[in-house]
Amino acid sequence: MIRYIGQRLLQGAFVLWAAYTVSFLILYLLPGDAVSIMASGDEQNAVDPALVEKLRAEYGLDRPLYEQYFIALFKALQLDFGLSVKNGVPATQTVAEVLPETIKLAVAGFALAVLLGSALAVVAAFSRNRWIRQAFSSLPPLGIAVPTFWIGLLLLQFFSFRLRLFPAIGNDGGQSLVLPALTLAIPTSAVIAQLLTRSLRQTLGEPYIEQIRAKGASEALINFGHALRNAAIPTLTMLGILVGNLLAGAVVSETVFSRAGIGRLTVTAVNSRDIPVVQTLVVLAAVIFVITSLIVDLIYPLVDPRINTARGAKV
Amino acid sequence: MSSHAEPLLKVENLRVDYVVEGSPRNAVASVSFEVRAGEVVAIVGESGSGKTTTAHSIINLLPGNARVSSGSVTFDGTDLTQLTRKEWQGVRGKDIGLIPQDPTASLDPLQRVGEQVAEALTIHRLQPRKAARQSAVRLLEESGIRDAPSRARQFPHQFSGGMRQRVLIATALAAQPKLVIADEPTSALDVTVQRQILDNIAALTAERGTAVLLITHDLGVAADRADRIIVMRGGEIVEEGSATAVLGDPQHSYTQQLIAAAPGLSPRRLRPSLSVQNPSTTAGSGTVHVSPLVEAKSLRKVFSLPRTAGGARSLTAVDDVSLDIRRGETLALVGESGSGKSTVARLLLRLDKPTSGSVTFDGVDLASAKGEKLRHLRRRFQVVFQSPYASLDPRFSVEDIIAEPLRAFAEGSPTERKSRVKALLEEVHLPADYGTRRPAELSGGQRQRIAIARALALKPELVVLDEAVSALDVSVQAQILTLLAELQVQESLSYLFISHDLAVVQQISDRVAVMQAGKLVELGEATAVLENPVEDYTRQLITAIPGRQPQRSLT
Repeated sequence: MIRYIGQRLLQGAFVLWAAYTVSFLILYLLPGDAVSIMASGDEQNAVDPALVEKLRAEYGLDRPLYEQYFIALFKALQLDFGLSVKNGVPATQTVAEVLPETIKLAVAGFALAVLLGSALAVVAAFSRNRWIRQAFSSLPPLGIAVPTFWIGLLLLQFFSFRLRLFPAIGNDGGQSLVLPALTLAIPTSAVIAQLLTRSLRQTLGEPYIEQIRAKGASEALINFGHALRNAAIPTLTMLGILVGNLLAGAVVSETVFSRAGIGRLTVTAVNSRDIPVVQTLVVLAAVIFVITSLIVDLIYPLVDPRINTARGAKV
Repeated sequence: MSSHAEPLLKVENLRVDYVVEGSPRNAVASVSFEVRAGEVVAIVGESGSGKTTTAHSIINLLPGNARVSSGSVTFDGTDLTQLTRKEWQGVRGKDIGLIPQDPTASLDPLQRVGEQVAEALTIHRLQPRKAARQSAVRLLEESGIRDAPSRARQFPHQFSGGMRQRVLIATALAAQPKLVIADEPTSALDVTVQRQILDNIAALTAERGTAVLLITHDLGVAADRADRIIVMRGGEIVEEGSATAVLGDPQHSYTQQLIAAAPGLSPRRLRPSLSVQNPSTTAGSGTVHVSPLVEAKSLRKVFSLPRTAGGARSLTAVDDVSLDIRRGETLALVGESGSGKSTVARLLLRLDKPTSGSVTFDGVDLASAKGEKLRHLRRRFQVVFQSPYASLDPRFSVEDIIAEPLRAFAEGSPTERKSRVKALLEEVHLPADYGTRRPAELSGGQRQRIAIARALALKPELVVLDEAVSALDVSVQAQILTLLAELQVQESLSYLFISHDLAVVQQISDRVAVMQAGKLVELGEATAVLENPVEDYTRQLITAIPGRQPQRSLT
């Protein structure tokens, strides 16, 4: 078990290194570096070229690529991704400041998505009324097709401006979390609902379900005691990808609701070519992916006795 | 058993339709029969006869598109067709148990086996959870699960197919139902396991006085197990009577046909055995062709296994197997699933390389042959697989399927290929206009004929028949076997006939090779092996053939 986790952590370290390196190269290849963007103010106060050169030297931008890379990598290993170009604070600190806000948003959004998605799937698969089944199974594709920002704008229009139930912008308290979390949850819940509905329908056609029915089991026991658990397994596989969805969704949701957070920070950092901050965010995203997929793999054998990812290496 | 009291189950004028694409299609038309308390009744029929639909309508487990259009089912004095959903829950499992067709897929993979048995008791509130768990262990023990206390805590995937069926038998009998419906309970299992399972059902139900409605396609099984036999065809009962009467003096021509086709009930050879008469007659002039067509020497195949807790690192699927296939003969390779017979076939066909040992085809070493040389050797040996549903490309027309090997070897012009396909269709007794059809439009037997035609397209010398008739209904099976025997003489073919069914093997083979756990345990002339088996294992296989048991071994 320990050995298995060790192996997975090594793989994770490789993923982090690769994410860092690829993002470094891509950012290097983009035209214009941070200094020239800082310097390109309005034309009246054209910046002294000498000053630009001096700044470039200060940031190490005049050195050859490989040198820049190794210096940066060495520092990154010590969690030093450099100073934010925008305000001179360490990039990690800039990210850490807004991280809790996004975690709150993501956790709330994910919990909501799981609840909403499962509820939709349960109704779409278990209802005895054909019309209800059909109506509920057509909702997920709609949720996936509608752009996230539009969902956000609709919620904003209705709940904030019309009903004045929730604040339209900002990070103050639980009230302000509701609409952004909902915006984040809707597309994710649609994916969960669609996967789970399909999986539930397939499970309900399995011979063992008929066998349980032949024992005299009630529909409730069949649906919730047997089918739901079996059907949840394929959905669990998608969890890692859904968390990725959530990160992408946070960018939109935070922008629409003007919330401070990782998503909005990403947008501003990319626009102002704040390379240290962007790199920190890329590595953070990679860390989140590595951890989620490790968690999924560790949960798997607990849910499904047929799989022993870790147990095999234990004895 | 001849009490004149009310029967336990009374089915009257039952009619069931399936709604397919908006229009009803009749599956069961006006079926009436009775099952008395403690009686074993078998419904025998081929696929599409309506036997499973009949059984499932008794326990109200028909698929969503099925409708019971008329008729009544009276069980123990109550009309089951009038029950509400809730009332049904009280009948299923408690009064009527079901032993399903496919044990491998009929247990919840996420629930411990003991819990699944106990559930049959807790659902009907017959016992509290804790007591039910203990009862489950006892029930598993009675069903022949050794070490039941610890096995009860395992999951279905840790059980073999036969063991899973024992679990399902324990489940079906847990609540002491008065009737058990056994729907083809052994068709997915090996012959030797089949017999043990049927013995187990018979013993447990006899002990409890449970009536059994046995659904089977195998008249041999029905003959061994049932008090009364009902023969169904096309949704109707064509014959009904005591087992002895139906088998000994069948009235309906269809029953007679079924009995004639059942290999276990009417053993016969489809053509004279070659090697028994005179080994040299094959060659025509003396003993010129003495060298065998295929010769395998000390074949060994080891598969490495993924690392598992305490498990073995490798599996020896084939262990020191030497055999030869003579020209024009049929060599049968028999054994249970997992015995290594299919692996041997793959090695002989050079679909896999042996770990050690050699295979020569007509004197050429197959293991060292590769590239074009191997490709040209390949056209001389062809294969027909078990499932004619999986082995034909559904998007190809029949003509394309049969002509594919010809195209692969650039054989003839398109018009020549067309006429060859026509000739092949004729050879397998299919109308020439079938060329334009697609596999989905054909029955199982017709598809297998197409697969045979495709195998013969390149005029091979050896055809490997890998369980080629196992998936077919008995009467179709008999037709295909006759066709194979006829083609063998016509095309002077050698067959390697792989089968788990010794009853079929004795009809067609000259020599029999018996495999067990990767080893060849017996090899000899068919009559010698089947009539005087040397090995214990061969004897077990032979006694497991249904229809061979002395009448009335139970009840």
